[in-house]
Amino acid sequence: MTREWEAMRIGTGGEQTQVDGVIRCEELTKRYRDGDILAVDRLDLMVHRGEILGLLGPNGAGKSTTVGMLTTLVVPTSGKASVAGVDVIAHPALVKQVIGVVAQTNNLDRALTVWENLYYHGRFFGMSAGESREAADRLLVEFRLSERAKSEIVSISGGMAKRLQVARALLHRPSVLFLDEPTAGLDPQSRIALWEILRNLHSQGQTILITTHYMEEAASLCDRLAIMDHGRILAIGTAESLKEAIGADRIVTVSAVGDLDALARLLQDRVEGATKTQRVNNTIQLHIKGATGVLPKVVAIAERGGFDITDLSVIEPTIETVFITLTGEELRD
Amino acid sequence: MTSMSPAPNTQSARAIRPAAGASLVAFTALLLRDLTVLKKNLGIFTARTLIQPFLLVFVFLYVFPQIGQGIGGGGGLSGESSFATVLVAGVLALSIMFQGIQAVALPLANEFGYTKEIEDRVLAPLPVALVAVGKVVAGAIQGLIAATIVFPIGAIIHARGVHPNLSVHWAVLLTLLPLTSIMTSSLGLLLGTRISPRNIGIMFGFIVLPITFLGGTYYPWATLSAIKIGGLPWLQVLVCLNPLIYVTEGFRAALTTAPHMELYVIYPVLIALCALFLWLGIRGFYRRVLG
Repeated sequence: MTREWEAMRIGTGGEQTQVDGVIRCEELTKRYRDGDILAVDRLDLMVHRGEILGLLGPNGAGKSTTVGMLTTLVVPTSGKASVAGVDVIAHPALVKQVIGVVAQTNNLDRALTVWENLYYHGRFFGMSAGESREAADRLLVEFRLSERAKSEIVSISGGMAKRLQVARALLHRPSVLFLDEPTAGLDPQSRIALWEILRNLHSQGQTILITTHYMEEAASLCDRLAIMDHGRILAIGTAESLKEAIGADRIVTVSAVGDLDALARLLQDRVEGATKTQRVNNTIQLHIKGATGVLPKVVAIAERGGFDITDLSVIEPTIETVFITLTGEELRD
Repeated sequence: MTSMSPAPNTQSARAIRPAAGASLVAFTALLLRDLTVLKKNLGIFTARTLIQPFLLVFVFLYVFPQIGQGIGGGGGLSGESSFATVLVAGVLALSIMFQGIQAVALPLANEFGYTKEIEDRVLAPLPVALVAVGKVVAGAIQGLIAATIVFPIGAIIHARGVHPNLSVHWAVLLTLLPLTSIMTSSLGLLLGTRISPRNIGIMFGFIVLPITFLGGTYYPWATLSAIKIGGLPWLQVLVCLNPLIYVTEGFRAALTTAPHMELYVIYPVLIALCALFLWLGIRGFYRRVLG
């Protein structure tokens, strides 16, 4: 392990020297012994200070395993990773000081009340009784949980539980906040509230890594998105750059009766500006670049070819389009 | 949509503290958390600690002598008294053993379950092994409290004329109490990490019950030499596999002048069992919390 990589120094004032990137992964790999599953495959990743990175990918793509490795709960098979300059593999107990983790499931302590969940978390992280009490009170107010301070965990709603998990993860002022599918299973109001919380944290300079299936919300919130599948990052960049990278400014969706594969080939050959066609859910998606007035041409070409078009629409590419283009259509169960 | 406006990060991220100090602080806080939970459940803790020893002592030392059911080897009141002497050590040992399993194994089985409640403690800034050790220490403290609650029962509840003949060897008692408490809560850690929540019932049937009945609670180990097949005192040999036998025999040595297994056997075996269960328990803990 090189000195540069390890770049961790704990001086008397506790200051750390920082290499580029609050999160750094180099060829990070996790292979699960049972079944020889390669969950994460030589992953390289860099997240900058104050950045919010969205990790998108189908179920089983390796998102949670990646977060697990960066948060010390999953032991990497090989590769390197550091958070806030601390080597995750060599010093897991130190890394835990600089991260806040919001798990996918409600892992709040059922033996404690809402307030106690925050208070004891602060104590775990070396806060004095007074400091921790003050921080717990303040966060309950900020996350609108004060009225439920004395409630048992089993009695609060899913949205409240998730807010409490976020509050708990922030209580010790971590360098990086990790959230693994934080909006899964929340009602729309709670989901919007959570995005709002993340937006505020981001504006205050909190570095955040989030995994999610809510692509458009992630696109509007995150500085950069990484699309992951089969343990690898397939594309990473701003939402705009990812959309540009698919090389189309219009996507035409065609529903028709007949041999869709034949129609797809026909459209690919004959429509001006067609860069790509693909089958999606019994429709054809036609990627168009640099051409206008496409719809009448599509109808004309299809009819001449003997196909009966039943529906036709045109949209600009979305992150979901990018996602499907990169990861395909197959169900992942 | 009403906007929520948390300002939790107005202060910058905290500086990293040296590992050893941070671990010690976190370890203490984990114990504090466990003791808070214990304090909340003190009523149910006391009740569950008392119920088994109370029933044992009540039936064997109060009911049996009064209805004339001989159980002390047929020696009348003096027989009953010598059985009472045997039972006091057994009841104390059993209480500590149950505490180890109830205070460590049962909560762990739940916390490892679907909710993964243990995660926030595993993410506390200390090595994962210390989280497991914290569980054992908290369990051992509960074992000690249980012993303190239970001990008077054996001395108080009995029929007229039945008296346990106690003679306390303080040095032995005060060393055995923490040692046996740590051994049994380490066993609790081992069981809690190896047995899935839905198999808890099986654990009670096939592990806890045999340990209880074949752990020398109701009889001194030496007397088992009478049970032989072809000259081999098979039961006496077999129960040596039972960790509880060393606890009961130890307390027999600590509390009575009755014959007991030698202390130079009891101490090393208890220490070895502590180390073994703790090691296997921590390994199991790692396996359950880390992917």
